[in-house]
Amino acid sequence: MSEAAENFDTGHADKNSLQILSFTLGQEEYGVDILMVQEIRSWEPVSRIPNVPSYEKGVVNLRGAIVPIIDLRERFRLGRSAYTPLTVVVVLQANIGDKTRIMGIVVDSVSDVVNVTKKNIQISPSFGAKVSTEFINGLVSVNERMVMLLDVDKLLKLEGVDDEDDS
Amino acid sequence: MAIDMAQFHQVFFEESFEGLDAMESGLLNLDLGDVNADDINTIFRAAHSIKGGSGTFGFTSVSDFTHVMETLLDEMRDGRRQVTRPAVDVLLGSVDCLRDMLRAIQNGGEIDRTSVAEHKAALDGVVNGTHDMAREFPAESEHVGADTTMMTTMEEPAASEMQIVGWSIAFSPHLNLLKTGNDPVRMFRELAMLGELTSTVDMQGVPDIYDLDPEECHLSWKLKVLGDIASTEIDEVFDWVEDDCDLAKQAIYSAVAEPAPLAVTEQTQILKPASIEPITIPTVAQPTAAEKEPKKEESKTSASKASSSIRVDTGKIDTLINMVGELVITQSMLSLIGEHFELNKLDQLKNGLSQLERHTRELQESVMNIRMLPISFVFSRFPRLAHDISSKLGKKIELKLVGENTEVDKTVVELLSDPLVHLVRNSLDHGIEMPELRRAAGKPETGTVILKAYHRGGNIVIEVSDDGKGLDKDKLRAKAIEKGLIAEDAILSDKQCFELIFMPGFSTAEKLTDISGRGVGMDVVRRNIQALGGNIEIISELGKGSTMAIHLPLTLAILDGQSIAVGDETYILPLGSIIESLNIKEDRVNRVVGKGETFLLRGEYLPIIRIHEIFNVPKPKATKLTDGLLVVVEGQGIRCGLFIDDLLGQQQVVIKSLEANYRRVEGVSAATILGDGSVALILDIPGLVRLANQ
Repeated sequence: MSEAAENFDTGHADKNSLQILSFTLGQEEYGVDILMVQEIRSWEPVSRIPNVPSYEKGVVNLRGAIVPIIDLRERFRLGRSAYTPLTVVVVLQANIGDKTRIMGIVVDSVSDVVNVTKKNIQISPSFGAKVSTEFINGLVSVNERMVMLLDVDKLLKLEGVDDEDDS
Repeated sequence: MAIDMAQFHQVFFEESFEGLDAMESGLLNLDLGDVNADDINTIFRAAHSIKGGSGTFGFTSVSDFTHVMETLLDEMRDGRRQVTRPAVDVLLGSVDCLRDMLRAIQNGGEIDRTSVAEHKAALDGVVNGTHDMAREFPAESEHVGADTTMMTTMEEPAASEMQIVGWSIAFSPHLNLLKTGNDPVRMFRELAMLGELTSTVDMQGVPDIYDLDPEECHLSWKLKVLGDIASTEIDEVFDWVEDDCDLAKQAIYSAVAEPAPLAVTEQTQILKPASIEPITIPTVAQPTAAEKEPKKEESKTSASKASSSIRVDTGKIDTLINMVGELVITQSMLSLIGEHFELNKLDQLKNGLSQLERHTRELQESVMNIRMLPISFVFSRFPRLAHDISSKLGKKIELKLVGENTEVDKTVVELLSDPLVHLVRNSLDHGIEMPELRRAAGKPETGTVILKAYHRGGNIVIEVSDDGKGLDKDKLRAKAIEKGLIAEDAILSDKQCFELIFMPGFSTAEKLTDISGRGVGMDVVRRNIQALGGNIEIISELGKGSTMAIHLPLTLAILDGQSIAVGDETYILPLGSIIESLNIKEDRVNRVVGKGETFLLRGEYLPIIRIHEIFNVPKPKATKLTDGLLVVVEGQGIRCGLFIDDLLGQQQVVIKSLEANYRRVEGVSAATILGDGSVALILDIPGLVRLANQ
């Protein structure tokens, strides 16, 4: 799957379009800018970190780097699901401040790589306090299905990460 | 044509600082009674390179300054001048001044002109033979100008009489001028900055195009610079090529008629390849002025880069390349086995794998080795310190350096230098007595301070020892009581007495001198060393001297760890923090207010921290205190017992930052990767205590 991502990488030159990697969480479909995706791996056991929110599953060794793994289902309060060998971890990277941060997100399955035209991206509607849309950048329709585009930079900015840096 | 000179600045600064270090150590090692021409030569060469380099890059203030130093050194080298103590001191002062200047330029800051003028005046004083001037250093700055005029009058006796309106210069470079890396255009550009420049090129020497070697310089020039320019300024431009050209210069006085300049442009057509450069001269002055602006900014950026570069011994790189070569061979061997694998090749596979393992380990070692620097990087500054302090205090001190080639991690080297300076200063200032006192005590007049570095196990030990008066236990004790640091009836062992000096707000010096007692106390020294994961101990005998021994881990990237098990999880404890581990009996456990558990160990009540509780570990194997183990640990002065399931094993672990991609976690200092590829957290004892208290 990661190869597929690489092949599509080059086609990103067009300013008006965006390539996204789409994946599912339960019944919902989400997408991230493919340039933020470093690789896709299968789930493997993590080392638990004590005293952190339950959606921060722990850390793994990614070729020598310590990388945290976040369960996106739990993060979005979509309920828990058991991890199987088919569970997928999408490794994302984003620039926060002046450094690159790498993080893995646990998703149900990766669906597709799709080209979307930027002008077709709609702003996500506001649901007030009922539904949190803080990580949603916009909505786009792919083959009649709605895909929610995630704001990776915001997602990777863990709660309290930057506040605790000074302490 | 415009080469971006800024890209070479970094190299220039590095080399200049190295040159200054070489000059400094050369000056300090000069034996005044028997001056070796080679030694002076080394110092001279360093000064000469700095002067040349700074001239090339347009740092004229530096090259002017170095020029005076060079003049003095040149005379010493030729034996025309005696090498005297005051002259050496002035030169040492100048080295410092030069270092400040370069640093200021590197960081894009302002040069301290008054200090430069003072040092230059002192140098001029020595050059002009007025040794008294030098002794009264820093001399008055009026002498700055005196030198330049004097030098001019020496060379051009008639010149002072008449108004100089310019110079005519005949400049015929030798064939190899370009090969030595000199560029006439650059020199002409400098001349053009001094005054209005007209040049006439003589191309008679240029051979036929078929015989022409483009790297040879066949041209010669007649130059004319107009303006009120000192002879030395002209010399400076050509200074770097003195030996590679024939140079004749003549002053033009107000009455002298100008020789008709040749029409330069006409000659362009005849020979394009070689003569293009000289012909651009009249237009050059403009771009150089424009170039200056971006240069300043560039030097700032390069300054920030400076701290992150490292000089590596080529031998180490070669080893590394060899190692990688071996690794590649092993890899191809393994892939060959894998291609047509049959069971009878199993032995081969096993061999290959063990080879791979060995090479990987060696590779890891040599990579770590690259970060290792000899401790002499820190030690090298001390001879100067000892020299300065001994002359200031009137003490006789000999500094011995032992084990300078002992290697330590770069980060340790950098962080070690401040604490070490403090310790050496203390020894020089407080440790060694005045010569009279030493004689009265039956000791040789010259005190000895030994700086010694050596490896012991996975640690490096650095000792600062002196044969001075040693620490006075009673005095320390009295002082501590006076300052209210200990109770009057406190019972202290010898060691505890000595350790009093590490307490904040403790200073035994009767009065503060400008050498010690400047606010950085021994407590800061100890804190810095502990921050590096090391410790410091004192051995002292009254009247005989004292030794401060610093123990440090060789590298901050690797840690000796003890793996422990709690539930299904593995954690690492720094081995150095573990005091002991034991099985405990229920009757030794006491509960404070029914909750907080303490354990009585040799008369001391230790708080018990249950790791499975503070970390919420699922399914711990031991929940009853008698089932598990208690590891007594100490970190930053805090002692406690950690309750865990079991001890697993000791191993060296590579420290990996948890914060790089994640965040800081209380109770955890970093993470590491275990043999099976999984991640284990390294525990932070003070953090655990904080967690337990919440």
